[in-house]
Amino acid sequence: MNFKTTIGLEVHIELKTNSKIFSPSPAEFGDDANANTNVIDWGYPGVLPQTNKGVIEAGMKAAIALHAEVTRENHFDRKNYFYPDNPKAYQITQSVTPIGKDGWIEIDVDGKKKKVGIAEMHVEEDAGKNTHNPNGYSYVDLNRQGTPLIEIVSKPDIESPDEAYAYLEALRQRIQFTGISDVKMEEGSMRVDVNISIRPIGSDKFGTKAELKNLNSFNFVRKGLAFEEKRQQKILLSGGQVRPETRRFDEASGETILMRVKEGADDYRYFPEPDVPVVTIDDNWLNSVQEAMPEMPGKRRERYVNELKLSDYDAMVLTQTKEMSDFFEEAIAEGADPKLTANYLMGDVNAYLNDQKVDLQDTKITPTNLATMVKMISDDTISSKIAKKVFKAITDGEEPSAWVKAKGLIQLSDPDKLNPIIKSIVDDNSQSVEDFKNGKDRAVGFLIGQIMKQTKGQANPKVVNQLLMKELKVR
Amino acid sequence: MNYFDTSLEELHQKLVSKEMTVTELVKDTLDQIESDQKELNAYVTVDRDGALAQAKAIDEKGINADNLWAGIPVAVKDNIVTKDLKTTAASKMLENFTPIYDANVVEKLKANDVVIIGKTNMDEFAMGGSTETSFFGATKNPWDHTKVPGGSSGGSATTVSAGEVLASLGSDTGGSIRQPASFTGIVGVKPTYGRVSRYGLIAFGSSLDQIGPLTRSVRDNAALLNIIAGKDDRDMTSSDQPVDNFAAKIGQDLTGMKVALPKEYLGEGIDADVKKSVLDAAEIFKKLGATVDEVSLPHSKYGVAAYYIIGSSEASSNLQRFDGIRYGYRAEDVKSLEDVYVKTRSEGFGDEVKRRIMLGTYSLSAGFFDAYFKKAAQVRTLLINDFKEIFKEHDFIIGPTAPTPAFKLGAETADPTTMYMNDILTIPLNLAGLPAMSLPAGFSDGMPIGLQIIAKPFDEETMYQAGSAFEDATDFHKEVPGQGGQN
Amino acid sequence: MSENKQISASDVEHVAGLAKLKFNDQDLNKFTDQFGDILDLVNTLNEVDTDGVEPTFSVTDQINTMREDVAVNAHQKEELLKNAPDTENGFIRVPAIIDESEEG
Repeated sequence: MNFKTTIGLEVHIELKTNSKIFSPSPAEFGDDANANTNVIDWGYPGVLPQTNKGVIEAGMKAAIALHAEVTRENHFDRKNYFYPDNPKAYQITQSVTPIGKDGWIEIDVDGKKKKVGIAEMHVEEDAGKNTHNPNGYSYVDLNRQGTPLIEIVSKPDIESPDEAYAYLEALRQRIQFTGISDVKMEEGSMRVDVNISIRPIGSDKFGTKAELKNLNSFNFVRKGLAFEEKRQQKILLSGGQVRPETRRFDEASGETILMRVKEGADDYRYFPEPDVPVVTIDDNWLNSVQEAMPEMPGKRRERYVNELKLSDYDAMVLTQTKEMSDFFEEAIAEGADPKLTANYLMGDVNAYLNDQKVDLQDTKITPTNLATMVKMISDDTISSKIAKKVFKAITDGEEPSAWVKAKGLIQLSDPDKLNPIIKSIVDDNSQSVEDFKNGKDRAVGFLIGQIMKQTKGQANPKVVNQLLMKELKVR
Repeated sequence: MNYFDTSLEELHQKLVSKEMTVTELVKDTLDQIESDQKELNAYVTVDRDGALAQAKAIDEKGINADNLWAGIPVAVKDNIVTKDLKTTAASKMLENFTPIYDANVVEKLKANDVVIIGKTNMDEFAMGGSTETSFFGATKNPWDHTKVPGGSSGGSATTVSAGEVLASLGSDTGGSIRQPASFTGIVGVKPTYGRVSRYGLIAFGSSLDQIGPLTRSVRDNAALLNIIAGKDDRDMTSSDQPVDNFAAKIGQDLTGMKVALPKEYLGEGIDADVKKSVLDAAEIFKKLGATVDEVSLPHSKYGVAAYYIIGSSEASSNLQRFDGIRYGYRAEDVKSLEDVYVKTRSEGFGDEVKRRIMLGTYSLSAGFFDAYFKKAAQVRTLLINDFKEIFKEHDFIIGPTAPTPAFKLGAETADPTTMYMNDILTIPLNLAGLPAMSLPAGFSDGMPIGLQIIAKPFDEETMYQAGSAFEDATDFHKEVPGQGGQN
Repeated sequence: MSENKQISASDVEHVAGLAKLKFNDQDLNKFTDQFGDILDLVNTLNEVDTDGVEPTFSVTDQINTMREDVAVNAHQKEELLKNAPDTENGFIRVPAIIDESEEG
């Protein structure tokens, strides 16, 4: 029996606003416990929510970026449940009128392109944070309470763990380009819940879903789904039935472990939030947000290929993250050659980031410094060999042109200075001259090596080559 | 002292001319309240220290001659939060709760040098119509101490009716200002929904709640609403309609005005004396130059049912925050988180609050939303349409405030549904968000009867114009309760 | 006992569970009776034809009331913690949460 897999993803993305969604407290949760809270965040008796316009606009941007229809009349609802990190015992969310619906993004798995539908996205408030302690107590910090989230729910179009991975990559990329979130799983600004079911090919009825929790990276999502897919297949093949379960992904074993079997749906008693008036989005507002939208990766790729004459591959790599793409644009704006800049970003810079396990913005490399180095290469001030040293200096925060001068690393191209050195090397290596005359080209390489050694690598190889050939011919 | 034989203007003149200091006035007021407190129980907290400190500060600063309310003591219902002053909502749940911020209306009172004298008793979390569900015991009706003052703002009504203060603030979700005003023979106003910020009002039914003034006279009432009304950024539902002067039309004559009298408001279940008082009132309005037409509010009889679903559903959600974790009561001997929730809430809430929470939770629970909450919200639309229809042709509506005068303490506590029907005439205005006033319009066996005047949304000026014309033409408001409740 | 058949004591217990309330047996019977009466009252709404009627969930005249995205720290941490029944090191303390499922 063969099976068809259906995967659903619910992605929560923390929006990068100054203040919380319904309270003016700072939307930062790295600080001391409860430092960024007020009476609203604590759900004090008598307090009321105050909608943050920035969150609505971020929601609109997400909807636009994901090709979704922006809802013009936005209502909010209460989702009721008791939990220590949920101070009002209800979450203000959008259950009836999500800010965006019917969107899609394109994914690419092994060159196969596919559109994945997005059912809806809604803005809502995040909960605080409970810390569990083996001493018999849990500790509640409400700094995160009320920070804005957008929840993005996929349509049941995703059919394999690889597609799920590609969807998350594409989603992260597009959201990152809008600038509304850092979308970092490791920092909790992107959180993924997945559900997966399988059914025999030919059956039009979805199988029973299992939900997976504790998926802390895209790789774990893929691994967890792959394990789960196989687990469910085994059950069905042995004549069993999949139960509606919530399962936890275990990073160490790569397996999913049963947390609980779901018994009926939770009863959240949703109803319209009476304290939040309707938010209507008219054409003017929508247009102004649309105009303020940053360029999306697809548009940038086109521009890189058509205007900057980069290859498709280069354009794709450079637009993988907004940081890299923005860095590239700033560097070429300083006059650096696009192709050479792209080569350095994809080569030395990426290698450095991988090696150090850091993000570009956390390094000392600046677009200006990289551009200066690239320009020095282009105008032969330094050789690409010296550039290796210069790049190392850039990562230490050095300004390249001053550093090159101070270190005396400017390339030697002046024939008046190079000729005496060449002559003396040729004089000292008569055997090589003999070999050259006998047609052994290897001898030239050896001589250039000697010249470079003599000049500590500063000689311009192109000029040395020309001058040496001239010298050899007259011998 | 008592406030029976004085008016706001008179007191204001005495304070301006320094014939009396604010401190003296506040001391006298406190003395009276404290001497009555054991019998009437109108207060949960009398803030002697705070009030005297405020009085001293105002005396030092001097009275602003343009501000009628400067230095005047006012009582505030105990579900309106006051910074550093215990606010209990008359519940064990908040028995020892001291807020760390002021409600918008309290900020406004303080900014206008109004002295906050104390926090008045009420039905627990404003749920009830007799002030008998208070954790701190019932408040008595000054006209007859064996009778209820109405509720839920019973303490706010009693303290004004007994002449302890000139004015108080209450809150009205289904009649909680107007019904006690009616039972105690004073003026109580529920403004248009959104007129007054709810920021700092401990929420009961968020789409129904409004804060409003209780006073001895219509003029004082308008003057106090002038202070507390207006847009507040911290309550997004508060209206940005301009607040000019609610007393602007007071004194203008009613000639040519069209008054509506809904036939449903004089139907079954309305006490004969109450009915007579309203019909007499209609005659008075005619004498004042208005015409009175019988109209119909066909959906008003469903108001109580719709209200109990909507109000209880909103309350069930609003009161979930009382969970023993961040403030207020936490049950003793809790071993698990579930204990914290269940024990705290089961011990902290009284029966009436639990009934509303249960009804609301049920109405919103899976599978019932459409049949209950949505259905009630649809009936609400029909009721609003009934009022719109009437206001096409009429300037204001009159009717009784409550079906009966005040009833005996304990008479209705055993039967919740009978109690709920007391609000049948006031509830429709909360559902529709309309401004409505209760003012003295008669007596039945010595107990006051209230007339209700209802105006268009944000047309409080017409409501006060009509109320004041009626007040000027009658003497009911001049009656005061006798000593010890013998009238 | 109530004549009312539309709600049983176990229904009432279920609703109480959602609301984090618990009744002893005596109270449960009393509440079940009263609850039945209340439901009789609210069920009169079924007499009203509401086909095609838009529900009214709020009577505010306001739309699009929003604040600009400006952060203000109220610096209320200490006052807030002082009102909490149990705190430790700036955290609110509660008995251990056993169910590890994160809601929301």
